[in-house]
Amino acid sequence: MSQVDTVLLPELDGPVPATLPSALGLLSLALGVGALVAPGPVARLTGVDDSPAARSVLPAIGLRELGSAAGLLSGRRPAGWAWSRVAGDAMDLTLLGRALAERSGERRRRVALTTLAVAGITAVDVLAAVRVGRARRARARVIRMQIAVTVNRSPAEAYRFWRDMENLPRFMAHLESVRADDLRRSHWIARGPAGHRVEWDAEIIDDQPNKSITWRSLPGTRVPNAGRVRFVPAPGDRGTEVRVELRYAPPAGALGRAVAKLFGEEPEQQVRDDLRRFKQVLETGEVVRSEGSPNGISVRQQAMQRPAQPLPASRR
Amino acid sequence: MKATAWMGTDSVKVIDVPDPKIMNARDAIVRISTTAICGSDLHLYHGYIPAMRKGDILGHEFMGEVVEVGPQVRNLAPGDRVVVPFPIACGHCSSCQRGLYSVCENSNPNAGIAEKIMGHSPAGIFGYSHLLGGYAGGQAEYARVPFADVGPVKVPDEISDDQAVMLADVFPTGYMGAEMCDIKPGQVIAVWGAGPVGLLAAASARLLGAERVIVIDRFPYRLRLAEEHIDAETINYEEADVLDTLNEMTAGRGPDACIDAVGLEGHHGNTAMYAYDRAKQAARVETERPFALRQAILACRSGGVVSVVGAYGGFVDKFPMGAFMNRSLIMRTGQCHVQRYTRPLLERIQRGEIDPSFIVSHRMPLCDAPKGYKIFQKKQDDCTKVLLKV
Ligand SMILES: NC(=O)c1ccc[n+]([C@@H]2O[C@H](COP(=O)([O-])OP(=O)(O)OC[C@H]3O[C@@H](n4cnc5c(N)ncnc54)[C@H](O)[C@@H]3O)[C@@H](O)[C@H]2O)c1
Ligand SMILES: [Zn+2]
Ligand SMILES: [Zn+2]
Repeated sequence: MSQVDTVLLPELDGPVPATLPSALGLLSLALGVGALVAPGPVARLTGVDDSPAARSVLPAIGLRELGSAAGLLSGRRPAGWAWSRVAGDAMDLTLLGRALAERSGERRRRVALTTLAVAGITAVDVLAAVRVGRARRARARVIRMQIAVTVNRSPAEAYRFWRDMENLPRFMAHLESVRADDLRRSHWIARGPAGHRVEWDAEIIDDQPNKSITWRSLPGTRVPNAGRVRFVPAPGDRGTEVRVELRYAPPAGALGRAVAKLFGEEPEQQVRDDLRRFKQVLETGEVVRSEGSPNGISVRQQAMQRPAQPLPASRR
Repeated sequence: MKATAWMGTDSVKVIDVPDPKIMNARDAIVRISTTAICGSDLHLYHGYIPAMRKGDILGHEFMGEVVEVGPQVRNLAPGDRVVVPFPIACGHCSSCQRGLYSVCENSNPNAGIAEKIMGHSPAGIFGYSHLLGGYAGGQAEYARVPFADVGPVKVPDEISDDQAVMLADVFPTGYMGAEMCDIKPGQVIAVWGAGPVGLLAAASARLLGAERVIVIDRFPYRLRLAEEHIDAETINYEEADVLDTLNEMTAGRGPDACIDAVGLEGHHGNTAMYAYDRAKQAARVETERPFALRQAILACRSGGVVSVVGAYGGFVDKFPMGAFMNRSLIMRTGQCHVQRYTRPLLERIQRGEIDPSFIVSHRMPLCDAPKGYKIFQKKQDDCTKVLLKV
């Protein structure tokens, strides 16, 4: 397991939207026990006590609800169990629809009320299932990487440069700016294609001078991310091995596509390029530019080289 | 400004482009006085180096006058007359600090492409494809020189342009080729290729104390330069069997060290062999025609050194690994770490130990660059080295 996996990101690592599924579990439990232990009163309450078939079906429904309850309360595969509730709701609504058509008077009124209640529960169930599924997919999208570069500078120099978070855009190509709010917190703005910008707040959660820095985004961002950089003395007096571990979950939808573009087809290559630029800035003072790659190292630019001749005045 | 641009295979043109400007704080802008066409440029001209783009400015051997310096350049000032080493090197990475300037870890902004082909990236080079940085070259009126605080060397007045421009590449390269042979008294050094690099490798082998120097080529006018200026023995490989002759000359030992100053566009007297590699190279199944290299390995004395300064870009076929391994050979190679040699070799010129400009056969104005490429390519008019005067 990557080191950075130990950095908790509320969006990714929390016991994901746990409250709604367990509430549903308790509801299933109550309904299931009722239908099993007291099918008579439940049948009366719902207005189907005149049908022997309905009275025999109720304990089966009770068993089904107990199954959902056990699944939801166990917390495993919450999305699957939430959808099992939705399926159960659909079945109940079908049965109730048939019952409603056959009844009149006070029974019809009770069946109608029951139908309304079940429809409400169905809506809640669908919502829960969708939410749980989304969180699970966000986890599945999480991108992890570990990339390292050797820099001919001491760990202290490399650490010092990185620790000033406002330096990050000097070598992280997708960042427009980082503003340090205080020694721990910072505000990051990444630039995306077509003027898309993604912003988030981050905090340093572990800081070992000259050794490592660990940070994560604060709750509420649409691009939860965490990272750790370690500065390890390179063997043979060759400077510092700068070892970076990153984890982030790009959101789905249009913003997600924009973020995916930000990191390109090969997110690892982008980070590798960032580290090459970090090395250039530390060893040579700045990002190295050529006429073919006037913005310096970048995969995208490597694919779309301009001819190796001086830039026109308009592009300087 | 005017600049020589690569327009496609076998085509260069002098075109108008914007003047260069400072892009990095350690840049300088040089107004070029003399620039040269190199055997390496021929590999580009023939389309054997990947990642060229139409309009790329060529040229990696140039010198001239500093006209502007970036804020971080303190060793140079406008007006200084300098010669510029062809590898672009930062001076601060571990490779540079160990003197391995041509594998500088920072100067190739397109390192990612190079890594895919070569595993790790070498340094950027002026005017030498996007694989090696996408830098505009120096066969032009002006050039931007990155890391001007590391590469360029001031040239004293008594040294002529023709002498000084040899320090940009071919003299240091030939010298490194000879230095890698680790020459001991009494040793016999054989050099494949009597182009500028081979001739200067042979001359350097002399400077470094070789007992005998043997130069191999097929152009009599080039071999004559080796005889007259270096007092070398020569073999015309179209007239004699090279391996037999070398064995005969060394009483069966083989040369103590062999220098390949030919590279990936070797030519072969045996038409069948030549056709084999030529066809594979044309089909891009093989990227090189390594005749000289194969022969150098077979010829070398057991336990000797094969020093490769001829340029290769990709993969070779039929590498005589058996001979190489079983006979305890040593191979040394590299693009030249020019920055390591410029000052000591400048001093050798100043002391009159050598005048490397004996290889220069043609001087013409920049606007004649296309003609220069043509005659150098075809070895017409006894062409050995073309200088373009700006
Ligand atoms: N390592 C470096 O840093 C460095 C620097 C400059 C040039 N180079 C390379 O050195 C090589 C020579 O450059 P140059 O400017 O002298 O070029 P050039 O084309 O003038 O010389 C090459 C010579 O090799 C001869 N030759 C071809 N096949 C031969 C064979 N089988 N046996 C013997 N000789 C043969 C040719 O007739 C020609 O005279 C090129 O590959 C060039 O790219 C390397
Ligand atoms: Zn050259
Ligand atoms: Zn370097």
